[in-house]
Amino acid sequence: MGDLLVKDKEVVVPGQELAFSMDYLPTGGAFRENDKIISSQLGLVSINGRLIKVIPLKGKYIPKKNDIVIGKIVNMSFSNWFVDIGCPNEAVLSFVNTSEYIDKGADLAQYYSFGDLIAAKINKVTRGTIDLTMKEPGLKKLVSGKIINVTSSKVPRIIGKQGSMITMIKEMLNCRMMVGQNGRVWIQGMPEDELLASKAIKMIEENAHMEGLTDKVKGFIENEKKKLGVKNV
Amino acid sequence: MYKKRFDNRKFDELRPISAKTGIIKRADGSAMFKIGDTIALAAVYGPRELYPKFLQSPEKGILRCNYNMISFSGSGERVRPGPTRRSREISLVMEKALMPVLDLSDYPNAVIDVFVELLQTDSGTRCAGITAAAMALADAGIPMKDLVSSVSVGLVGNTIVVDLNKEEEDYEEGSGSVDIPIAMTPRTNEITLLQLDGKISKDKLFEALQLGKKACYEIYKVQQKALKEDYSLGVKNE
Repeated sequence: MGDLLVKDKEVVVPGQELAFSMDYLPTGGAFRENDKIISSQLGLVSINGRLIKVIPLKGKYIPKKNDIVIGKIVNMSFSNWFVDIGCPNEAVLSFVNTSEYIDKGADLAQYYSFGDLIAAKINKVTRGTIDLTMKEPGLKKLVSGKIINVTSSKVPRIIGKQGSMITMIKEMLNCRMMVGQNGRVWIQGMPEDELLASKAIKMIEENAHMEGLTDKVKGFIENEKKKLGVKNV
Repeated sequence: MYKKRFDNRKFDELRPISAKTGIIKRADGSAMFKIGDTIALAAVYGPRELYPKFLQSPEKGILRCNYNMISFSGSGERVRPGPTRRSREISLVMEKALMPVLDLSDYPNAVIDVFVELLQTDSGTRCAGITAAAMALADAGIPMKDLVSSVSVGLVGNTIVVDLNKEEEDYEEGSGSVDIPIAMTPRTNEITLLQLDGKISKDKLFEALQLGKKACYEIYKVQQKALKEDYSLGVKNE
């Protein structure tokens, strides 16, 4: 294999040379120029066999097909809702794509109104227009609970390997949770559990680049629960 | 003949530099760049939807810069509150200096706003502004082919110097002073900004640009360090 100029999990800046070889292939956050691979983002290098990518540390959400997102209704027309999903362009949800059947000509505000939060799936993305659908199990209007915002690039850490992290938080705190790929997390449970869950998620966001995070979060929740228990006695 | 610099620097020596990123919490990306007595703050907002709508480009996002000297930042002709002819021009020049490294095809119909505020102004404000803006753009997670580093070079009384301060810029003995702000991409060595104020021979200009290239590279090192600093600290604490 050719020359690798960086280590795995190193912080790199845009324009930094990552490898000097044709043996490696650039994927997300990196590009090739002649025989060099160059980073295009501020982020952490991830080397997987021959593939080099840069995981961004910050940045707005870029919509991808089949992503589950949490959005807020910001506008309505005769047959569509316009949804803010945290990227520059508004997403469109047509009334035929909702989870329930809606008659033609019905008043859409009766179903979802301004400021309502919904979980939806991205159906299609074409140049600046994003089409949403809710015809999928689990996608619905989010009625109670709370929403917290995190950086979208840190969503994989919140979910964990095969959902390990999120399942752990759900089970330990007895909460219902849903994580949108756009970095919005919905939590529903008892008020003190909700608070604790949001603290745990903020902790994951801040320490996303560390290893062994699941154990750390587990310890954190146990600790906090103990403190709460003492107060209640 | 200008033999010794007013602040005792070597002819190819920069003023003391410091840089920091992530200083404005509410912005998507931000940076501070300080060179000598000049302090520039840059804040990046976006990509966000662009209004009025007729300015939107369905092909790719656009960049909008705003350069402003804060009214308490210095004295003299240049510092006036509110938008001026000068600040309008420098905003445009900054846009053109930063655009070649940006790839905004992922953000159709969107705008990236860059606000550069000068807290303290000595000289080389547009250079400090561009340097800070490049760092803030990287901090905001916007895809870039390279960073941009900027410095001014010039001729003071027929001697080539790097990074003029205000005193040198106003030098009037002999042939006076020539000020050449340049901005470069440090990896590909492309010049994205080149302005010239004064009179200079071709040979001297090339010589000055060579010195500027070296100085830009020094600034690039500082930018790189500042961008990485924020995140490597967390690793150390572990």
